Amino acid sequence: MSVDTLTGMPRPAAARPAAAHSFRRPTTEGPLAKAILITIALGFLALFLVLPLIAVFIEAFRKGAGEFLAALGEPDTLAAIRLTLTVAAIAVPLNLVFGVAAAWAIAKFEFKGKAFLTTLIDLPFSVSPVISGLVYVLLFGTGSVLGTWLKAHGIEILFAVPGIVLATVFVTFPFVARELIPLMQDQGTGDEEAALSLGASGWQTFRYVTLPNIKWGLLYGVLLCNARAMGEFGAVSVVSGHIRGLTNTMPLHVEILYNEYNFVAAFAVSTLLASLALVTLVFKSFLEYRYGDEIAATAKH
Amino acid sequence: MTTLVAAQGWHFRKPSVIPGFGLTLGFTVAYLTLIILIPLSGVAWRSMELGWAEFWAIATDERTVRALRISFGASLIAAMVNVVFGTLVAWVLVRYRFPGRRIVDAAVDLPFALPTAVAGISLASIYAPNGWVGQLLAPLGIKVAFTPLGIVIALIFIGLPFVVRTVQPLLEDMDREVEEAAATLGASRFQTICRVILPGIAPAVLTGFALAFARAVGEYGSVIFIAGNIPYVSEIAPLLIVIRLEEFNYAGATAIAAIMLVISFAMLFAINLIQAWSRRRFGYVG
Repeated sequence: MSVDTLTGMPRPAAARPAAAHSFRRPTTEGPLAKAILITIALGFLALFLVLPLIAVFIEAFRKGAGEFLAALGEPDTLAAIRLTLTVAAIAVPLNLVFGVAAAWAIAKFEFKGKAFLTTLIDLPFSVSPVISGLVYVLLFGTGSVLGTWLKAHGIEILFAVPGIVLATVFVTFPFVARELIPLMQDQGTGDEEAALSLGASGWQTFRYVTLPNIKWGLLYGVLLCNARAMGEFGAVSVVSGHIRGLTNTMPLHVEILYNEYNFVAAFAVSTLLASLALVTLVFKSFLEYRYGDEIAATAKH
Repeated sequence: MTTLVAAQGWHFRKPSVIPGFGLTLGFTVAYLTLIILIPLSGVAWRSMELGWAEFWAIATDERTVRALRISFGASLIAAMVNVVFGTLVAWVLVRYRFPGRRIVDAAVDLPFALPTAVAGISLASIYAPNGWVGQLLAPLGIKVAFTPLGIVIALIFIGLPFVVRTVQPLLEDMDREVEEAAATLGASRFQTICRVILPGIAPAVLTGFALAFARAVGEYGSVIFIAGNIPYVSEIAPLLIVIRLEEFNYAGATAIAAIMLVISFAMLFAINLIQAWSRRRFGYVG
């Protein structure tokens, strides 16, 4: 029996292909049309999605495993990996806390301007990554009041780690919130009201009632947030200053190596990022398959 | 007491026994303001400081106009390609059963997960004149990498999941009875698809188009490696912002950013309108 990807529930009988070959159901296409459509779709995906992914791994091993490992062992590469992990370790928890707070306020209460607030939370998705970086250059750069004041007090934001963290937070801002809001809206407030009426405190209600309800959705949001945080290029590129070994994240390091025509090294670092993407996809598909109905009743994206 | 207050006309929020409203809303608004709104308003602030004459000079500068035209033109073509193939992919994934379907379904999200810089260098190497696809096209006289066509290729990669993921849930929920009714009324399968199914999913397709387009216009990482970045020919608007910043020409960068932001917000507004219209017309969110 076929199973729905999103909910993991068996599909209704109507979705099953017709058993009899002589009679074609009027609500589906002939076998030839089916085969052609499937071939076109798969061919398109192979050309545009699979080929670029395979190319990363083949280019990385073009000169053998020795060169590949040597490229990964470079001190600058190791520094880039460390910085990427550091930035994600700060940005993701910040947006996690924000996401939970925003979803609590928006999903559990009715108040004026809620729709507007939800739109504002989604705002970073419609801003170009380059502009997400630019806004911090304008805020902290030379010529701005704040930037000058901070510089006088010896605090570096731009072309330093804080700027990279801020740009990453900006870009990954909506991920957790937008997963949790529809989920918690669907779940309503009945469980929490029951807990409160039984004498639980607000924190206990959240910890023992709400959190277990939303944990898979939360994990899902964090997963997507983390993938974007580690892979962000445009926004980080604008604020980083590209100082090797200091303010280069992995994607920026890929760019530098590529522009130096050091293709093997560029693709070697890329394999790490591509593996991260693959792990994210596998984990995400597993969550959708196993806990589909506990992630979100609405669309995946 | 609270109910009494609530009963009397306007109130900011409906009363509720659930605690933490002030705390969570306060934190949400403060964080949103600090991280998003204040920095973003800086673009508007700096643009206004420029004055209209200077802003207009930058906006109508030949290089700016060309960059914006390339960004929007390539995004438009890529989004249209994605509408056709994205809808087809969604259709095939929902309606047909074939081996490996679930893996293909998961792979559609690859552009969301793969860092844009990685996609960029990979596409550049594939479509370069000596790359896998590039060397097949070179004898035909077709150059992809380092031309505007390369930009379109990168933007197709980036935008594909948006169309698939907006159309797919709708096709899954679609009622087969309508198609059966069309068939019993004598419509051919082709007529049913054109006149019954496609109009039904049109709002979702339109939303997917708008999302893919909006994302493509701002895209930077995957494009710059394959584009060749020749001014006036294959230089996209986000790259021009970066170039202006590197020249410490903040005014130039801000003006281009302001133009792009205004257009993106107009797009966002358009998407909301489509969804509101679709909710009224079809009773679902596309």
